Amino acid sequence: MATIVEPTIFELSSPGRTGVTMPASDVPEVALPPKEMLRSELPLPELAEVDVVRHYVKLSKFNYSVDDGFYPLGSCTMKYNPKINEDTCRLPGYLFTHPLQPIETVQGNLALMFELQEWLKEISGFAGVTLQPAAGAHGEFTGVLMMSAYHKLRGDTKRTKMLIPDAAHGTNPASVGMLGYSVVTIPSDARGNVDLKALEAACDDTVAGMMLTNPNTLGMFDEHIEDVIKLVHDCGGLMYGDGANLNALLGIVRPGDLGFDVMHFNLHKTFSVPHGGGGPGSGPVGVSQRLVDFLPSPLVGVLEEGDDETAPLYGFVTPENSIGRMKAFHGHFGGGLVRAYTYIVMHGPDGLKDISQYAVLNANYLQARLRDTYHIPFDRICMHEFVAEGQFPGSDVRALDISKRLMDYKFHPPTNYFPLIVHEALMIEPTETENKDTLDRFADALIKIADEAKTQPELLHNAPSTTPFGRMDEVKAARELVLCCWLPENYEELA
Amino acid sequence: MTYIPISPKERDAMLETVGVKSLDDLFEAVPAKHRFPNLDLPPALTEMEAAARLADMASSNENVRDHLISFLGAGAYNHYIPSVVDHMLRRGEFYTAYTPYQPEISQGTLQAIFEYQSLMTNLTGMEVSNASHYDGATATAEAVNLAYAQFRGKRKKIVMSPTVHPQYREVIRTYSQGMGLEEAGDDPNVDLEAGPESLMALVDDQTMLVVVQYPDFFGRIYDYTKLIEDAHAKGALVCIVANPTALLMLKTPASMGADVVVGEAQPFGIPLWYGGPYLGFFTTKKSYVHKMAGRLVGETVDARGQRSYVLTLTAREQHIKRERATSNICTNQGLLALAAAVYMSTLGKTGLQQVANLCYQKAHYAANELSKIDGFGMCFTQPFFHEFVLCCPKPASEVNQYLLDNGILGGYDLGKDYPSLKDHLLIAVTEMNTKDEIDTLVEILKEMK
Repeated sequence: MATIVEPTIFELSSPGRTGVTMPASDVPEVALPPKEMLRSELPLPELAEVDVVRHYVKLSKFNYSVDDGFYPLGSCTMKYNPKINEDTCRLPGYLFTHPLQPIETVQGNLALMFELQEWLKEISGFAGVTLQPAAGAHGEFTGVLMMSAYHKLRGDTKRTKMLIPDAAHGTNPASVGMLGYSVVTIPSDARGNVDLKALEAACDDTVAGMMLTNPNTLGMFDEHIEDVIKLVHDCGGLMYGDGANLNALLGIVRPGDLGFDVMHFNLHKTFSVPHGGGGPGSGPVGVSQRLVDFLPSPLVGVLEEGDDETAPLYGFVTPENSIGRMKAFHGHFGGGLVRAYTYIVMHGPDGLKDISQYAVLNANYLQARLRDTYHIPFDRICMHEFVAEGQFPGSDVRALDISKRLMDYKFHPPTNYFPLIVHEALMIEPTETENKDTLDRFADALIKIADEAKTQPELLHNAPSTTPFGRMDEVKAARELVLCCWLPENYEELA
Repeated sequence: MTYIPISPKERDAMLETVGVKSLDDLFEAVPAKHRFPNLDLPPALTEMEAAARLADMASSNENVRDHLISFLGAGAYNHYIPSVVDHMLRRGEFYTAYTPYQPEISQGTLQAIFEYQSLMTNLTGMEVSNASHYDGATATAEAVNLAYAQFRGKRKKIVMSPTVHPQYREVIRTYSQGMGLEEAGDDPNVDLEAGPESLMALVDDQTMLVVVQYPDFFGRIYDYTKLIEDAHAKGALVCIVANPTALLMLKTPASMGADVVVGEAQPFGIPLWYGGPYLGFFTTKKSYVHKMAGRLVGETVDARGQRSYVLTLTAREQHIKRERATSNICTNQGLLALAAAVYMSTLGKTGLQQVANLCYQKAHYAANELSKIDGFGMCFTQPFFHEFVLCCPKPASEVNQYLLDNGILGGYDLGKDYPSLKDHLLIAVTEMNTKDEIDTLVEILKEMK
């Protein structure tokens, strides 16, 4: 039997124990529905409030988080999440408004959404923005639906292919697959750019568009970005930008100015919405003029212009050729939009540019410090992240071992094994919210680990050894597939 | 305000290590004519100023705690959230962590999600739950994806009850644009009195999925056992969109034979928040687990023999399968799954039963009292849980405006989605509504001319 470090909430349950209880009913009692419509039992835990608090506090201590320390997870932009966001998004005016309230009663919410739409347009150079998508992948799906609808409305039905570089995030081909497009993979060249010759060969009148992350997942800004976009546009395709790496571009360049037609924002990366252990995210989408009429409905618009004395009346509008609704209600308002709004309003144009400049400085500084120890296959000035190889000649140490060993040095590992085009990839994104001391300690640890790989490889193979848990048996998890637990079998007898 | 912890001196030392003279020199790969645009944005505010601005905007709303008595539901419900819930969510260890890709240092998130999955399977009676979806509507759309994958695209018809939430039906239509699906039943002009059996005429050997809601959008409780038996006889799967609060009292969808049970878990500890973020739950039978989208946490042991948890069956997901994945889904609603788990644990079996009973009792008191007013009445006779359709003597929009003028947020105006119900309001009552509030609603409607 495995040792139990912390029992589950079901194992902690004891019959008859109560936590928070509800007031007695203040209305005359009516009969419940007939018995055959009711459930016979409710097998849920019974605990006191203190049991619940101790349990979840203990669990929380098993986590590593940005508040604990450096979290250089490539393409995830694990920057510090300002505490003020946690207060603004919980203001009663936001917490306690119902999504179907009459617009006259929620002008504060609608003004915030309208301004955020306008700011995201300005930051990205796009003509329209929807705040509805719930996450980056949801935004991608929204974007691809619009591209499809655009071609369809023009009667251009033979466009069945989507071009996707080999360095792309997995969500790109998956989003395209949801609409039945076939994927044509475009290789990268020796400098980490899109291979222009291969792109040119793939561009014809069956291409619906291209999905490009720029800077790409190698952290490289494509040196021929305008040529790439021109090739795609010239064959009648649309250009999708994966905004996962937007933290490199604030005030540096606007994707809309470069010619992109669609891009999703990850408010949980670039604009400091906390990642929450895997969500909720928020994935607004920006579009160029020719896709504005296809945006999902509804958008926030000005229904009646204001003047010096009266504020405008904000409300919802539906674009003419809208692809429809992407989710219920209006997007991740409280947890996503309010936090991002707070972040942008506190930075202003110069502060946003600083974010990207320092994100790029920190990545280049780490790259420079590690260059002599780790092979960097695409070695030039990078943007906000770079990719090193986690392997050494003559050693059986792999990127995974290096990552696990980093935990013993109290760092979160970088992204492993991605992008797929680099062997044993370690994808490192420090973000702008780390100081030089932290970066130096991290570089020192990686250099020391490289030495350990030669002299004491078992330290790496057996890592981590100082964390509350060791390496997991992932095969057992997938083979036995224990996906939930229950109250103990003899639970009723405990009563 | 800046959160960049680097002094000018440190910056210069770092630039020297990199081998460039200035920050601007790092961006030579960016086309010069587009480099460093001037962004027309308002100037930066300090924290103090930003807090004031956000508070000012928030206070220009009328909210259901300080200003309005609410009887509005229709997919988002005003419930009490125990204090403990937000205290746990505010722990930086939870909310500033990423997806638990490194299980050795993410056991907090992983065990919490495992417990969330367990709470949802015990609630619905189903065998497996994933780690959640964006919301109830997209979870329902993912049920369509599951059915499509299950039949490998060979069956292409879905039968959807018109009494599934109108926005959920819209989202399914958006999601399925690329599948070439045939949709039947999604017609707001049909006889809304007809029970679920009327859908059976539409189910044939091409039908992959039947979607119904429990209680339905009008709050009515139907037993779908017969419908599910008949649909299974034609080889189709059945998805029930369920309200989790109602499931605390009512027969489980699993006991009716449902294949997929999804829904919106916002009632479980998540604030109204003007519509999001919420929490889509997704539960199914073990036999469909490989076709299910979304993250999944499974139990295992670590190298030291300790019970622990990992993300499992990841080979289904987009980062491995790429264009062959069932869905492009990447995130779940991790922190909100934690909220639901803490909510259910803190109230526990007793508290949760009390919530369900209060909702039921108060909704029935409201329905009884409202029906006594001249010109008003219950539209349907079917049993209901905490939401019901009130027939009004005037267009619902006029009734709502009158209520709003008197500080009451009325029900959902059904005429927007169902032409035959333009004088009908969908009224929701929860444990938050006191008898006094209900009596006030009744008194005001009595006075309405």
